[in-house]
Amino acid sequence: MPAAPLIAYKNVAKTFDSGRVVAVDGVSLDVAEGEFLAIVGGSGSGKTTLLRLANRLIEADSGTIAVEGEDVSSVDPILLRRRIGYVFQSGGLFPHLTVAGNVGITPKLLGTPPTEISARVDELLDLVRLDRSQYRDRLPHELSGGQRQRVGVARALAAKPRIVLMDEPFGALDPLTRDALSDDFRELHRKLGLTTVMITHDMTEAILLADRIAVMRGGRLLAQGTPKELSESGDAYVGELLRTPRRQAERLGALLPREISA
Amino acid sequence: MNFLSDPRWAEALGHLPDYLGNHVRVSITALALGLLVSLPLAIIARHRPVLRGALLGLASIVQTVPGLALLALFYPLLLALAALSLSWFGTGFSAFGFLPAVLALALYSMLPVLRNTITGLQGVEPAILEASQGVGMTPRQSLFSVELPLALPVMMAGIRTAAVWVIGTATLSTPIGQTSLGNYIFAGLQTQNWVFVLFGCLAAAVLALAVDQLLALIESGLRHRSRLRTALGGIGIAALVAATLVPAAIRAQGGYIVGAKTFTEQYVLSALIAQRLDAASLPATTREGLGSSVIFEALAANDIDVYVDYSGTLWANQFQRTDIRPREVLLAELKTLLAKRNITLLGELGFENAYALVMPRRRAEQLGIRSIADLASRAPTMSIAGDYEFFSRPEWTALRKAYGLSFRGQRQMQPDFMYAAVASGEVDVIAGYTSDGLIAKYDLVALTDNRRAIPPYDAIMLLAPKRADDDRLRKALAPLLGRIDIATMREANLRASGNDATSSPAAEAQWLWEKVRKK
Repeated sequence: MPAAPLIAYKNVAKTFDSGRVVAVDGVSLDVAEGEFLAIVGGSGSGKTTLLRLANRLIEADSGTIAVEGEDVSSVDPILLRRRIGYVFQSGGLFPHLTVAGNVGITPKLLGTPPTEISARVDELLDLVRLDRSQYRDRLPHELSGGQRQRVGVARALAAKPRIVLMDEPFGALDPLTRDALSDDFRELHRKLGLTTVMITHDMTEAILLADRIAVMRGGRLLAQGTPKELSESGDAYVGELLRTPRRQAERLGALLPREISA
Repeated sequence: MNFLSDPRWAEALGHLPDYLGNHVRVSITALALGLLVSLPLAIIARHRPVLRGALLGLASIVQTVPGLALLALFYPLLLALAALSLSWFGTGFSAFGFLPAVLALALYSMLPVLRNTITGLQGVEPAILEASQGVGMTPRQSLFSVELPLALPVMMAGIRTAAVWVIGTATLSTPIGQTSLGNYIFAGLQTQNWVFVLFGCLAAAVLALAVDQLLALIESGLRHRSRLRTALGGIGIAALVAATLVPAAIRAQGGYIVGAKTFTEQYVLSALIAQRLDAASLPATTREGLGSSVIFEALAANDIDVYVDYSGTLWANQFQRTDIRPREVLLAELKTLLAKRNITLLGELGFENAYALVMPRRRAEQLGIRSIADLASRAPTMSIAGDYEFFSRPEWTALRKAYGLSFRGQRQMQPDFMYAAVASGEVDVIAGYTSDGLIAKYDLVALTDNRRAIPPYDAIMLLAPKRADDDRLRKALAPLLGRIDIATMREANLRASGNDATSSPAAEAQWLWEKVRKK
């Protein structure tokens, strides 16, 4: 018998515009402790809504969502958000706060003493591989896209959450930065024993990073499982999504020489 | 004489602590009140489109009301409220000067603050708002640590605009009894003292710039998280306030306040009264440039202690009488009417300052015009100019009725400019004042009013209710009663309106006293 899931969606539904737009339509999904789950889908598939339901940035219309065994509707949403890390698309950093101010914001909200926050900020900058002396006091606009996203990850981890939610965290980065950053995050996930839910529209990224993949379309959960399990799904859309990375890989294999000198 | 060595600069400088102090006090209070109301309103309204529209609409309407009118409207409004408060709670308050000025100016400051605060808060990116929610901020924490700091530059731009507007518009609070840098401008315009006008404008401009720059310093300090700059800006503002409050606080309070309306003769007479009281060891200050009905209500409410009015003005304006009475009868009746409001009619000064139709002597002789009746037949080809109130006053109605007057055109002018206008032929006839020195200066003639359409306008001294039994005051003023004849007053007025260095109202009051005491 596996342990109880850390995040459990049960028959969850959400509509916008007084019912005219169905964003999430009867989704049930479990995320086990220590798991790295990727939610894949096109725009309008409901993947972002599903993610935000977990920390109550959006409230569900029906169904239940349990986080660490507790029904989120019975938890203070502010306190809930402070114990779940959240990485925004292209950082979402506060432009008027320094790197240290951004990273330390959640501990500050939790009332952590300043000296402790300061030490924690240094620790986190090391963790996301940013030179503390160089970046600590910079403002977000003085950073590159990759550096900003590293700060975003550090901020999400600041209050030592067990769960990290990521909204297309690497989407806006150039391929090399993206590769380095996703490898680094995968390592952090393992080292810190996190439970991570990441949204992406890129199946290749999902396959390379995640333990399990959930495929969304039109608000419904079409399929979920390891890449291998998904490839056995009979769904045409899922099949289409999986064919693309394979085709790309085959073409790349044919076009690129085996060894590339460094 | 050299323009810069003009002694009027020194005189203007002497008034600076008083005028500037009052100006800063009323401006800063109004701005603080405006911010106190506008900022929370803007924050409440930012997510409520209906309220936001209503607030901005209302503030825009207020902004379209000319500053002088807005200030003037607050006086009767507060007067009515004060009366209401007196009858309901047993305590009234002064509707004169500071309070109406602060309220009107605060209202005036609201639009830029409301608009910029709302715009600034709405300009915060939705992604940033989501992030503040996502990291676990309460709406309040998000407002104070994210939204307001990000909206600050736009908000401060609004606050700076409001500050400059308030400081500029505060110069218009002089006619409702609030001493301000506008005293220079109003007095200067009336007595053709361009040094005063210039000085007042410069002082107001320098003050506005200084406050604007101090606010800019605070803004840059807040934006760059520089405690030093924020503190320097704050200290600057505080120092400005303190520096202007100190002389006002040191100056003895509780002295006598002598009121003056907005024309030369009133400036001279109020200076004369103040000098007489000072000579009798009764400390006195003047409150100049007051509107005609403001000054009467201020006296009735004990906000000023003494001033000179004219029998016909009170008869027609304050008591709404349209019947024309012989001089003695009118004075006697007026005394009774005033007594009902506990105002003492101390006595007449000895001259009359009536409205009169005035034209160049030479032209009148050419046309054979000596009286208003002679003028009537020529009137349809002529134009007439009067001060801002004349054409809406009962005298004008009475004149037209009595003589069947009908002019080709009529214009309103600043009183001191009318005489030059009629002398140069810009207009044919003006409604001037019989005691005005400019009649002699420009060789004009006042046409006789055989049918007595214009009521008598004896200059009379009025005392506030609380001064009714003040014998020292009565004794100090007694030497002025019945001693100033029309020729002397005209000469004093002419001297005071001269555009030269020695023609200040105070100097002319001295001259007048020398003439009067010899009688």
